Amino acid sequence: MPSEVSNVALRVDGLGKRYQLGERESYLALRDVLSRGVSASLRRSRRRDRAADSSFWALRDVSFEVPSGEAIAIVGRNGAGKSTLLKILSRITEPTEGQAVVAGRVGALLEVGTGFHPELTGRENVALNGAILGMRRREIQSKFDEIVDFAGVERFVDTPVKRYSSGMRARLAFAVAAFLETDILVVDEVLAVGDAEFQKKCMGKMGDAAHGGRTVLFVSHNMTAVESLCRRAVWLDGGRVVADGPTPDVVGRYLSTSFSALSERTWPDLESAPGTDAVRIRRAAVRPEFGDPSDPIDVRTPVAMEFEYWNLRPGALLNLSLHVYNAQGVMVFNALPYLEKEWQGRPFPRGLYRDTCHIPGDLLNDGTYRVELLVISDSRTIYKQDEVLVFEVRDDPRSRDGWFGAWEGTVRPQLGWETEQLVDSDAAVGEHR
Amino acid sequence: MTTSPALPVTVIRARRTKGLVDWSELWAYRDLVYFLTWRDIKVRYKQTALGAAWAVLQPFLTMVVFSIFFGRLAGIDSGNVPYPVFAYTALVPWTFFANAVTQASNSLVQQESILTKVYFPRVIVPSAAVLAGLVDITVAFSVLVAMMLAFGIVPTVAVMTLPLLVAFAAMTAFAVGLWLSALNVRYRDVRYTLPFIVQVWLFASPVAYPSSLVPEALRPLYGINPMVGVIDGFRWALLGDVEAPGWSFLVSVGVVIALLVGGLAYFRRMERSFADAV
Repeated sequence: MPSEVSNVALRVDGLGKRYQLGERESYLALRDVLSRGVSASLRRSRRRDRAADSSFWALRDVSFEVPSGEAIAIVGRNGAGKSTLLKILSRITEPTEGQAVVAGRVGALLEVGTGFHPELTGRENVALNGAILGMRRREIQSKFDEIVDFAGVERFVDTPVKRYSSGMRARLAFAVAAFLETDILVVDEVLAVGDAEFQKKCMGKMGDAAHGGRTVLFVSHNMTAVESLCRRAVWLDGGRVVADGPTPDVVGRYLSTSFSALSERTWPDLESAPGTDAVRIRRAAVRPEFGDPSDPIDVRTPVAMEFEYWNLRPGALLNLSLHVYNAQGVMVFNALPYLEKEWQGRPFPRGLYRDTCHIPGDLLNDGTYRVELLVISDSRTIYKQDEVLVFEVRDDPRSRDGWFGAWEGTVRPQLGWETEQLVDSDAAVGEHR
Repeated sequence: MTTSPALPVTVIRARRTKGLVDWSELWAYRDLVYFLTWRDIKVRYKQTALGAAWAVLQPFLTMVVFSIFFGRLAGIDSGNVPYPVFAYTALVPWTFFANAVTQASNSLVQQESILTKVYFPRVIVPSAAVLAGLVDITVAFSVLVAMMLAFGIVPTVAVMTLPLLVAFAAMTAFAVGLWLSALNVRYRDVRYTLPFIVQVWLFASPVAYPSSLVPEALRPLYGINPMVGVIDGFRWALLGDVEAPGWSFLVSVGVVIALLVGGLAYFRRMERSFADAV
């Protein structure tokens, strides 16, 4: 990937950061220090002991290189060390070990709007915030109109920021940082702010930055944004680099390990398996219809749900019923095997059976789903188990056309649609007048 | 772009220290010094009914109180100068100093949200707090001029040294502020000790009384307090009733330089962990 070795914007080398337990070193009261023994050397040795057992590494042995002009995403769970990494790279905090070599000016966009003073007007805050981010006065002045225009707060530039809505404040703050001309732009979760229109603008701006030769380091939980902005991703877990490579691969692996907890379950022991004397569950699994079972499922993926069960009563009439709930607790659908041709309506001899239910692609919206399994015999529910499966349906950036907000709706079908022009307006005027 | 532009390379690693002050970096951030100072000035009297009048009222009301209790009741001798002018001349630099030290000491803790989000040379924060006080001293000074006119006092040529004296007072406040602001990040006790420190310092300085009350033999010792030099300097330059700053002033200068160098070193050592500790 890096074609010219000399054009490295950022080289991170064995970076590590140790924190005292409690995440940050809390401040001490003088009393604690005074009462902590008389001898400084004694205290120091005791301190070292303490540091050994009550500290943790928020970041350890992190190494990677970013060629200049590349947009790279940092993904990982909360507490994986992403923010710590960004804080070190933007020099807010120092690493405990290792080093990072940065070529050029670093601009950080961490929780935008932190430098704003509520009593100052929008205009004044733009100036102040720009200076805090390292802009020169002339630079701020020359970009002022663009910034205000981008944020869409023209009418309020001379109003104190305390009268702004939180959305306006966030937009203005993002705009200041977005117009900062740095060689490396560090961005942490900005897409959480603003409405859809503004998010689109932000993404456009960051895309421009990435394409305009600036190096972008982007941290977000929004995988859609990550995938559309960055071609490469680094996955951090427990403060270490787990994967580093093309975004689709890394994000796919990240998501599949994060949410695989209940995508397949087996109960090999018949005695302790869930069920009744009549029926016992042996295995439940959810997987993409095609490809590897561990592949992530996105909104376009056809999905198969499999259930294996023992029928222990000869001649039973069995039906499985599946209740699929979304994260809001809404039952998205209830599936029954009425269209099944082989066994529907026939008595089941004793034995092991497998039912497979097919969910077409382009049906479920993105989100987490849980499946409740009911076993029905002679129109009676004889067994019921909630959360027999839990699975995640990912978003797919290709189906969104540049929109990064939440896609509303319980389902997300791709529906046929036609637009036709029925009457030409000039003709209409002539006809009806 | 085929050739890589010559970008400044920064190496981020533990315990990087480049001398006491990284001047080139500070120069790159000079506009931030301006904006933070300007913000402090702008915001200081926002939402107060009297606004910038407080810059005058603080020393003026103290002068009234001092004139009643020290001037009248205690009968402190202010030489050829009426006590109110005598006291106010000292209160102008003193109020500046006391406010600057207080603001600077609390500055880092107050800027917590910025310190944990953005990098810039931290030393700018207490600097701006001190610089913002310079506006107050200018406002308070105009009242002093009015009082001198009213009492018919004409300053000597030594009045030319006033800017230097103000600069010296600012340096003193900055040196003390460096120590206390860095300490405050670690030990919040500073915030509660501060009013007491300032009060003791007030009585250890010749504000309410002339430094001639201090026995001659103890003067060099007295000069350890740099505000003695500043206040006596003010009285000398404006009222002409005090002898020119001498040896004890040199002691003051030495003390301030030591405080400043030590403060910068301490600040530099502590600033690495500000974001983690604040």
